[in-house]
Amino acid sequence: MKEFNIIISGVGGQGVITLTRILAKAAIFNGYDVKTSELHGLSQKGGSVETHVRFGVLTGAKQIHSPLIEKGKADLIICIEAQESLKSYIYGSKKSGTIFLINDFIKPILGSKIIPQTKDILEEIKRFSKKSISIPASKITKEKLGKEVLSGVYILGYAASKKLFPLKTKFILESIKKTVPKKYFLLNKKAFDLANYD
Amino acid sequence: MIEEIISNKVGQKIILLGNEGIARGALESGVQFVTAYPGTPSSEVGNTFWRIAKKVGVYFEFSTNEKVALEAGAGAAFSGLRTLVSMKHFGLNVASDFFMPLVYSGIKGGMVILIADDPSCWSSAQSEENTRAFASLAHIPILEPSTPQECKDFTKLAFDLSEKFQIPIMIRETTRVALQGGIVKLGKIVKGKRKGKFVKDPHQFSTMPPRVLEMKKELLEKIEKIKNQVSEKSLINKVYNNQISNKSKLGIITSSVSYLYVMEALKELNLNIPVLKLGFFNPLPEQKIKKFIKPLKKILAVEELEPYLEKEVTIIAKDVNPKLQIFGKDLLSETGELRPEEVTKAVAKLASKKFKTETLLKIKNPKLKIPKRAPQFCPGCPYWLVFNAIKKAVDPKKVIFGGEIGCYMLAFYPPFHFQDYLFCMGSSVGVAHGIKKASNKQKLISFIGDSSFFHSGIPALLNAVHNKSNPLIIVMDNQTTAMTGHQPNPGTDKTSMGDKVEGAKIENVIKACGVKDLKIIDPIKQKEFAKAVKDSLNNKNNEVSVIIARRPCIYI
Repeated sequence: MKEFNIIISGVGGQGVITLTRILAKAAIFNGYDVKTSELHGLSQKGGSVETHVRFGVLTGAKQIHSPLIEKGKADLIICIEAQESLKSYIYGSKKSGTIFLINDFIKPILGSKIIPQTKDILEEIKRFSKKSISIPASKITKEKLGKEVLSGVYILGYAASKKLFPLKTKFILESIKKTVPKKYFLLNKKAFDLANYD
Repeated sequence: MIEEIISNKVGQKIILLGNEGIARGALESGVQFVTAYPGTPSSEVGNTFWRIAKKVGVYFEFSTNEKVALEAGAGAAFSGLRTLVSMKHFGLNVASDFFMPLVYSGIKGGMVILIADDPSCWSSAQSEENTRAFASLAHIPILEPSTPQECKDFTKLAFDLSEKFQIPIMIRETTRVALQGGIVKLGKIVKGKRKGKFVKDPHQFSTMPPRVLEMKKELLEKIEKIKNQVSEKSLINKVYNNQISNKSKLGIITSSVSYLYVMEALKELNLNIPVLKLGFFNPLPEQKIKKFIKPLKKILAVEELEPYLEKEVTIIAKDVNPKLQIFGKDLLSETGELRPEEVTKAVAKLASKKFKTETLLKIKNPKLKIPKRAPQFCPGCPYWLVFNAIKKAVDPKKVIFGGEIGCYMLAFYPPFHFQDYLFCMGSSVGVAHGIKKASNKQKLISFIGDSSFFHSGIPALLNAVHNKSNPLIIVMDNQTTAMTGHQPNPGTDKTSMGDKVEGAKIENVIKACGVKDLKIIDPIKQKEFAKAVKDSLNNKNNEVSVIIARRPCIYI
């Protein structure tokens, strides 16, 4: 396998870092080498958050080095907030066959008068991807599990069921178990399975 | 993740951030004394020890400021303990007064100083600094890891070197190293069992003249020894792809995260160019560099921020290869962090390879703008109340607002725009005093948080009071160091070790500084707060006014 590059973007508090940790651990369980990059500090207070997850072979000429993904080189871009895709689009390209999974959820930007529609964003993002998919993750997790913050794990479940990354589902579940606090594991598993069985 | 950092499963491979790698490296080196002042991107080093200190039997504190942290660490290292001190780049500015002579005197127990730089200022106001400058200013040995595994390995090496040569060693990270996640292979945790004892030795520890000049001479000799005995031989300064088959006779010299971008570029461009990766930034392995550059026609120095490496190579090349063409900052930016594609582009250019950045397209729909999401006060944050009350009390256009480092700096953004200057911790009060002396008729409110007040606000307040200045100072007392993750400060009632203690009362300190017009108000009482602001701004007694806005952060 060549390397696999994932960008996760969202807004502080949406669980972007947790999702990053889940994917990184799952990749290790899967036998890959892993690199991640994240930022801490001010951004956690409602600012934009963008993390990079890369995995691939452990040694040899194809080994991964950089924690950052080059522009246009992402395989998968997960946007837990739709407008953030207008920032992370630079990592997508038709040539790399990038797939965008965009949560149909908009968190308005303070001071901005226009609130865009997810469908307009999707239309735009198409130019930077092989496929762009809008997922009502926030809506579903809020309705069925009472917690919007599970939307990231729901999207992960979706990606796993559609085989959008080379990670075995059992490893992702094992990783979720080892990443989220014990008392929230079942809830997270439910969110993951919700999309899986759709 | 905490359980994993203190795991005793030798050989186990886990994911750690660079900063956690530093902490683990210290644990595997028998560290016994750790101090820090929180600041992104260095905070996880302190945060890790904050959580594990009692469990692993290591002393840990978040000190009042970085200078005090370094002094405390030095005291323990003078007494023979292995010591780690952690801070961000600005922290070293604060600590540098003590730091400079500390490198002269040296230590007894191994001492490692972790400094995290933040190219691109992701989590830093103030300035974009390059701590490498301290190599020539202070002569301190500097190691630069590029991965979490190296963070751990270099920390262990640093402790050994420090003890062998009796000199503190700096480890310099940048954001993409400090907050880079990667696989780390665990070694054995070593429990430090030394009993600290300070043995009188004024010859080593009193930097009095003329002895101080001897000390400088000894320091320069130490550095020369480290260079010849360690840096020239160490495998952390290593040549990769050492067969110059490339026609262009191009070589690359690099370190830190830049090395990872270089390797990624060579992979992508399918090139086999020799790369000298430096683990030591100071002292540089001069002979090794000479040998590396001698057969080359061109060399590219890949480094973030200022071209320190490029300049050193330029000097070294004069003797050994005067015709060498040296590239660096003509192809790579000096401001902001490097990006992998930027490095690939530079390498491709020098190696005459084609490379196109994939995304040249732009967002077309004019209604869709790239989100500029300014960070905001958390819902329910008491600072909303403070700024709302001020908004009611004064015409913001007619008042100067002095900002500081802390959550309240978010008042810069909409909806408030309450920040007319922002520099470093402690400066809102110091600058306020100068403005009021220069222009007494202008009204001014200076904000300072509880942690910043203890950090460096007190001398500025004393100065303002003593010199009959009259700014209004609002102490934003949310009873924690909120922005960096709720670390304790001298005002909190628990030490970093979790012991109960009576927190310092800010009002007592302020009164002792000689402030007469002092009010303590919970900003939930909006009317009272607004009236106090108005009254203090109109204070005719020509004195410093202080309002302590006391209401805890919602997360504590």
